Amino acid sequence: MIRFEDVYKRYPNGREALSGISFALERGEMAFLTGPSGAGKSTLLKLVALIERPTRGAVIVNSRNTAGVSRRRIPGFRRRIGVVFQDHKLLHDRSVFENVALPLVIAGFAPRETGRRVRAALDQVGLRGREQHEPITLSTGEQQRVGIARAVASRPDVVIADEPTGNLDPELSLEIMRLLERFNDVGVTLLIATHDLKLVEHLGHRTIRLVAGEISADGFAADGSAARRPATPDPTLTGRHGTRYRD
Amino acid sequence: MIEAAARYFRLHAQNLSGAVSRLLRYPLGSLLTVLVIAIALALPAGMRVFLANVGALSGSWEGAADFTVYLDDAVSEERARELASEIATRADVDQVEFINRADALEEFRSQSGFGEALDALEDNPLPHALVVRPGQTAVNAMETLAESLDALGETALVQLDTEWVARLRAMLELVERTVDIVSALVALAVVLVIGNTIRLEINNRSTEIEVMKLVGGSDGFIRRPFLYLGFCYGLAGALVAALLVAAALALLEAPVRALAELYASVYTLMGLGRRDTLVLLGGGAALGWAGAWIASARHLRAIEPT
Ligand SMILES: Nc1ncnc2c1ncn2[C@@H]1O[C@H](COP(=O)(O)OP(=O)(O)OP(=O)(O)O)[C@@H](O)[C@H]1O
Ligand SMILES: [Mg+2]
Repeated sequence: MIRFEDVYKRYPNGREALSGISFALERGEMAFLTGPSGAGKSTLLKLVALIERPTRGAVIVNSRNTAGVSRRRIPGFRRRIGVVFQDHKLLHDRSVFENVALPLVIAGFAPRETGRRVRAALDQVGLRGREQHEPITLSTGEQQRVGIARAVASRPDVVIADEPTGNLDPELSLEIMRLLERFNDVGVTLLIATHDLKLVEHLGHRTIRLVAGEISADGFAADGSAARRPATPDPTLTGRHGTRYRD
Repeated sequence: MIEAAARYFRLHAQNLSGAVSRLLRYPLGSLLTVLVIAIALALPAGMRVFLANVGALSGSWEGAADFTVYLDDAVSEERARELASEIATRADVDQVEFINRADALEEFRSQSGFGEALDALEDNPLPHALVVRPGQTAVNAMETLAESLDALGETALVQLDTEWVARLRAMLELVERTVDIVSALVALAVVLVIGNTIRLEINNRSTEIEVMKLVGGSDGFIRRPFLYLGFCYGLAGALVAALLVAAALALLEAPVRALAELYASVYTLMGLGRRDTLVLLGGGAALGWAGAWIASARHLRAIEPT
């Protein structure tokens, strides 16, 4: 569903944010993207949503090489991807309903179908009945749930989230992650960048750890100790936990 | 098919109502922009109304634009009548009146007060004359006619009775040309004003644009609300311009009536006709659309999600 093949990303200022990234996320898989600040997590997600393009290598999303997606076709490409942001990026001059409906209106759904899907999405994130509220009157956690509802409303195959719990306390963070897990349970492919190692450990999903633009670990423990390097295996890291125990 | 059409009209209706509500949300700022556009548009619209009125007035002086053609002394009355009917068949001539030299003398005698002096003359000094009313009143058409009458051989003198009418016509043509130029400049100004307003609007709404791009909004989808906004600005400006012209005419009506009374005549000012009003409204809306189109083509592309 998401595949990176030896991907490099150098920003115009010369900064190399990603160097030789290779991994694959299968359909319906869920993974965390961790690593220190500046490691390249956001950059990697931007390549998935075609906000940035790789300098070298191939990024394949929904079986399409993003290199073949022209500027004009980016909107159609993005309609199949849901994006969740740390700062929600809700439109504050519109109601909760209108925010969640935005991708559906853009995709051309009829009003009745739009209403049905918006209510379903809000129901899934526990905000049923809040359609007419202004986002500003909701708590941060609730706003983030509106953001998630918007990301999933058009039922995309892939959802990416960049620090969706960055502004939330631990309890709310867990709640949001559980919410995302539920979407994964119904088959949505999920890639979530986060700093919250405790939470990652607690949830126990596949974790790709980035350090200075390279994958330092890819496995099922948050700190990488129980993970393996996929490209050039490090003998000290490929131990008995080297294979994914959920497969 | 029906579904697609329904979707199309739904989106456009939403965009239109969205643009209107956006104008109403910041009424003061919108009003200022609309007023600027209105005043700009009222200028050429008002000038055109003025021209139409003056044109109509000078049309009513049509009779004053006759030529008097004095024939050679040698031309007999019979030949003069022949000439009159020949000239009358020309395409650029409306009608020809023959004036017998005896009649002319009689009229001159009674009107000039030189009666006794004329009695002292043995011969009638006046030739036969033809009064030619041109069929076309454009200045160069009249000149052509005058030249060809002059070239007839049997004519002594061709005189346009009232040169000033021709001068007025020439002046009006000049003013008309000027109004055309002013109209073009005003159109450009309106496009620029609306383009700039839309540019500011795009900058103010960059977050919204960014989010729309992130959830897959196409360029056309994102641009459309701005096009409608420009359309509404242009249309509202043109509406207010029409009102301004009407108000100016209302203010001028009393003095014009007073002036007409001095000439013992009745003249009612013409306003913007139905057709000109439609042209004004349609033109304003089109200019607004164009300004918004240019601004969005230039500035929407620059806003990309980061
Ligand atoms: N638009 C850009 N232009 C230039 N350099 C950039 C740009 N965006 C990111 N970088 C650089 O690329 C590197 C990776 O940045 P990125 O935002 O991907 O890191 P991150 O892992 O998401 O960090 P954080 O955890 O702080 O969000 C950083 O060194 C950053 O300075
Ligand atoms: Mg980041």
